[in-house]
Amino acid sequence: MLHAGPMATIQDLGRPGLARIGVGASGAADRGSLKLANRLVGNPEDAAAVEITVGDFSASPTGDLLMAVTGAPVPIWVDDRPEGCNAVLRVRAGQTLRVGIASAGVRSYLAVRGGIAVPPVLGSRSTDTMAHLGPAVLEDGVRLPVGAPPTTYPTVDQAVTRGPTDARLRVIMGPRDDWFTAASRRALVTEPWTATAVGDRIGMRLAGPVLERVVSRELSSEGVVRGALQVPPGGHPTLMLADHPVTGGYPVIAVVVDADIDRAANIRPGDTLFFEETRKQVLT
Amino acid sequence: MRFLRCGDVGVLVELAALEDVLSLHADLEARPVRGLVDLVPALETLLVKFDPGVTTPEQVCQDIKARSPERTQRRTGEVLTVPVRYDGEDLAAVSSLLGISVAETVRRHTSQVWTVAFAGFSPGFGYLVGDAGGLEVSRRASPRTRVPAGAVALAGEFTGVYPRESPGGWRIVGHTALKAWDLHRDPPALLTPGTRVCFASVDSVA
Repeated sequence: MLHAGPMATIQDLGRPGLARIGVGASGAADRGSLKLANRLVGNPEDAAAVEITVGDFSASPTGDLLMAVTGAPVPIWVDDRPEGCNAVLRVRAGQTLRVGIASAGVRSYLAVRGGIAVPPVLGSRSTDTMAHLGPAVLEDGVRLPVGAPPTTYPTVDQAVTRGPTDARLRVIMGPRDDWFTAASRRALVTEPWTATAVGDRIGMRLAGPVLERVVSRELSSEGVVRGALQVPPGGHPTLMLADHPVTGGYPVIAVVVDADIDRAANIRPGDTLFFEETRKQVLT
Repeated sequence: MRFLRCGDVGVLVELAALEDVLSLHADLEARPVRGLVDLVPALETLLVKFDPGVTTPEQVCQDIKARSPERTQRRTGEVLTVPVRYDGEDLAAVSSLLGISVAETVRRHTSQVWTVAFAGFSPGFGYLVGDAGGLEVSRRASPRTRVPAGAVALAGEFTGVYPRESPGGWRIVGHTALKAWDLHRDPPALLTPGTRVCFASVDSVA
């Protein structure tokens, strides 16, 4: 690997199921794009790949490799030959794969046939940036081991994907929507929100109307899920992403549905987004 | 028992007391519901995470309501002893906040059985609740940027042992040589939900 760009980590589908020891799931911020990159090169969907943030990355293999880049659309070259996203790339030993700046979205995935074979930690090769588990954040010049090729072969050369991301995210209200005023609950799903520059793999702070509470007592810590909109006392929600803490001490007004979280992970600072309520229901 | 939605991947179960949380947690660990992904216990809630491709929140709630776990009877099993050197930087401040002597602070910390309620903050960090209470203190106004692994500390009604060096706002009363987190051990965390602990004062933790 020659150049890591602003932020590059190794990610697979994470380590779910370890809350009892205080470990969160982590894993690819955009799981769908990771899976697609792996399928393109014939890997199992959960193989480890490189998660590239806003592009600007390059690598040169020491052996011939099949690669694929998915997710946020980026210009790609193999030496001086332009290539495309969502396609099987043949990169020979000594050639250089270069990834330019993403034209939209945030996170791209570079999969190699055989997967990135760094040693797993607690069953996963993901870097958890909050818990400091797994491989280190990638730096320029680091060498990455590639695993043995799988027995399955690529079946297509190119995948068709959806175009630029839609900034409308569906939410289910709760679990603590009753801690907020009716006006704030309405504002959440009617007013525009702006992604701020305060954002990483842990979460993304949003700017918009101040969400006011009707319950002022402190919430005792409780479990949170990826996609939760947690509201600290200032009233500006944080959208929890892949490396979110296992528990949180602020009420969660609503949760983005699982199918929309990959898109949420590709919202850029300054982007406008809307929340759309899908189902208002408290089970008893 | 009250069920609250947590998107389409979780149900937050509100329970009356920590004992109920630990009982349901133990029951669901022993007999998982279909599609279960993870369980996150807390003081008054248990978050049940599931795979939305396999089950629905309605189904998960039904499955949980269908069982009635016996409250784990006042556990009489093993109690883990944690040796502590009571030399923490905040020990004097804790004592004056509580309006008691340093010796009495140590006595209250060592004379009760603590139970790990839940994990959080960082891998292996357990929140312990005492069966006799009496050591409730606020967090430090400004957190320390560096708290060493093995620091034994208090915050709110909880006590805890820092598993790794990290920033932290809890008030440090002592240090232990016991490793709360060790990736080369299975399981790596020592203080997992339901574990009972007592602290013992020692002169040295070397």
